[in-house]
Amino acid sequence: MLRYTLRRLASAVPTVFIIVTLTFFMIRLAPGGPFDLERPLDPLIMANLNRAYNLDGSLWSQYLTYLGNLLQGDLGPSFTRRDFSVNDLFATGLPVSILLGSLALLLATVIGVILGAIAALRQNSSLDYAIVGLATFGITTPNFVVAPLLSLFFGVLLGWLPAGGWSQTDPIYWVLPVLTLALPQVAVIARLVRGATVEALRSNHVRTARAYGLPARTVVIKHALRAAMLPAVSYLGPTAAGLLTGSVVVETIFGLPGIGRYFVQGALGRDYTLVMGTVVVIALFVIVFNLIVDLLYTFLDPRVRYD
Amino acid sequence: MTAHPFRTGLCALALLAGTTTLASAQVTLVRGNDTDPATLDHHLTSSVAESRILHDLYEGLVIQNAKGEVEPGDAESWEISEDGLTYTFKLRQDAKWSNGDPVTAGDYLFAFRRIMTPATAAGYASILFPVLNAEAITAGQKQPDELGVEAVDDHTLKITLNAPTPYFLELLTHQTALPLHQTTVEAEGSNFTRAGVMVTNGAYMLESFTPNDRIVMVKNPNFRDADTVQIDRIEWTPFEDRATCLRRFEAGEVHICSDVPAEQMSYMRENLPTNLRIAPYLGTYYLPVKTTNEGPLSDPRVRQAISMVIDRDFIAEEVWQETMLPAYSLVPPGIANYVAEPPMLDYAETDLLDREDQAKALLEEAGVAEGSLTLDLRYNTSENNKNTMTAVADMLKNIGINATLNEMEGAGYFNYLREDGPFDMVRAGWIGDYSDPQNFLYLNQSGVSFNYSKWTNEEYDRLMQEASTTLDLAARAEILADAERIFLAEVPSIPILTYSSRALVSDRVQGWEDNLPDVHYTRWLSLSE
Repeated sequence: MLRYTLRRLASAVPTVFIIVTLTFFMIRLAPGGPFDLERPLDPLIMANLNRAYNLDGSLWSQYLTYLGNLLQGDLGPSFTRRDFSVNDLFATGLPVSILLGSLALLLATVIGVILGAIAALRQNSSLDYAIVGLATFGITTPNFVVAPLLSLFFGVLLGWLPAGGWSQTDPIYWVLPVLTLALPQVAVIARLVRGATVEALRSNHVRTARAYGLPARTVVIKHALRAAMLPAVSYLGPTAAGLLTGSVVVETIFGLPGIGRYFVQGALGRDYTLVMGTVVVIALFVIVFNLIVDLLYTFLDPRVRYD
Repeated sequence: MTAHPFRTGLCALALLAGTTTLASAQVTLVRGNDTDPATLDHHLTSSVAESRILHDLYEGLVIQNAKGEVEPGDAESWEISEDGLTYTFKLRQDAKWSNGDPVTAGDYLFAFRRIMTPATAAGYASILFPVLNAEAITAGQKQPDELGVEAVDDHTLKITLNAPTPYFLELLTHQTALPLHQTTVEAEGSNFTRAGVMVTNGAYMLESFTPNDRIVMVKNPNFRDADTVQIDRIEWTPFEDRATCLRRFEAGEVHICSDVPAEQMSYMRENLPTNLRIAPYLGTYYLPVKTTNEGPLSDPRVRQAISMVIDRDFIAEEVWQETMLPAYSLVPPGIANYVAEPPMLDYAETDLLDREDQAKALLEEAGVAEGSLTLDLRYNTSENNKNTMTAVADMLKNIGINATLNEMEGAGYFNYLREDGPFDMVRAGWIGDYSDPQNFLYLNQSGVSFNYSKWTNEEYDRLMQEASTTLDLAARAEILADAERIFLAEVPSIPILTYSSRALVSDRVQGWEDNLPDVHYTRWLSLSE
């Protein structure tokens, strides 16, 4: 198991390297540069700026410099937020995104699994239909609709919660963003768990467990649900990576200082280092969470062994 | 906005939550801004959003009062030499930095030299190019100590210009002309803008800067006019999504929004009539026509026909929901240093159907047959730009001109315009850096990179040159008006809209006055209960 984990982590290095290389050259293909404004700069000044930010050397030398710095954990200076390095930006933004993302993930998983299991156990009942209906609604309603509605209803009309803004210490500011992030995930997880549970309940090992005369609760929780978790866990890997690295929509609508917005702001502003940094962070999260998922399989499904 | 006791209570709680370390008696103003500043190093800034922040932190030689007019700032008085080339500023004895140091002429000298130094790479240094040798220093051809700025003594600053610049005092209101605390900048290098390090001489000083969240400023106790400053603390909050600012404004969490969501104008008109502030602004939205293209567009009659048939009222009202005003001149109305009756396109008051007939006649005169001309219209991505250009294309159809629409992403767009891309007609906008007609009219001078239409007119260039050496402001205004008349007769660029400033201002905010440059230093504001 440990060997497997180490091997997977080692194989992540070339993956990240390829991603970094592709992104580096792809973003340079986009027209314009970080200092192209609506008011063009004087050519003299542009030359001074390019020199100050090492943009005057050849693309190859810039690439090698970037790689060298990256190996030392230095993501470089931000071009569009010039009082900060990309590391600074992530140091303030990542905790916000991780906090919101993990709360949303937790909420979505707990509620999604419970709803999915209930729906499966009461298959084709009105409760089941209600849950499936709710799930369909959750999947089909985009967060750029949900977020302003929640903010309007709870923030402006009722005045129960802040309509937007952020505080790292006051949970009242977390409620609406977490709900918005969790809602579509609740729906997906509930559907996945429901489907898998329905199937698991009919499977051989559950029938065997019943035949042994095990109590219904044990059969459902220990045998059926455990097997039914597999699809949900597979889904949760990349989803967790996505949630923890922030959502541009939710952050913009609620005005949150997470890192989700940096990807878009960086791309639009041709902030090369910021885009690269975001790509690296997201890639690392995806790699780590896929690994976690694969390791979780061994606990959920006795048939999976890596050694 | 109706008061809702329960909500107000919670909002107060919410506001307090963000300020747990501070006593609740402090007055905190939450001000929305268009976006975060790219930096607090004012030499590296250019935008309006940055200017708002920096003018709360710093005080310049001159400032703008609540009406947007130039007033003495750190300089209590100044003398202008007869040839208009030398400005001698007397600095106030009581001007202080936030750490208690006196503000000296040396701090200004240091700042002016720094912005021109090539290594600073100041994007907007060119705004101060009227200062003697500034351009050559930026180009690396001269040394920074050759700049035409001299600290005669601690409280006397002498600035020498290349040529008379009648709008020089207006220029000095720009954030690039703010001073710097020399010892801090020299000791800290690029870290001097960090909270806890930054030393400022304005009404406020920096407490914290969290990207995409807020910039917190607190009152500067050493500010010379600190007694008159009524707001203790400001939370400058960036709102890229204007609708978010509107919601938070309605929830009572934000006191001022620097901009509003255009698509909700009618809602705000109805529900927030006392809070919605719309005022003419120092900017023009116009359509440069490539005059060097082969064919009809090089003919002024064709361009005039195109201009005539554009229904500006429709675009302002329907597309922009009156967040823009119809424009019939390049120079926005109400600008300083201009004639009382500025030139305008003479068909402003003519009925649109008559204008169409006149336009058709002009096209016929120019030999453009109906349906024979197809224009390539370009705009940079934005819903309103798209709708504007679609409307223009429709209007052109009325006089038998076809148009194809092309959208381009923002980052490459203006390069394309400057680099003489093969367009026929494009969308462009210009926000004045200072309130003076020269700042708009120079866009059409030969060889200026913003001259997207590539129009050249000797008489126009001559008038602009003459205006630049005319010291008498009234005579200069007449010359500039003559230049604009030539421009409007040939319309190489078609002005269609005047920008407006739009803001939401809480009923609790006192001292806000709508003004053309749209500047509202927080020190002029107060917050009632």
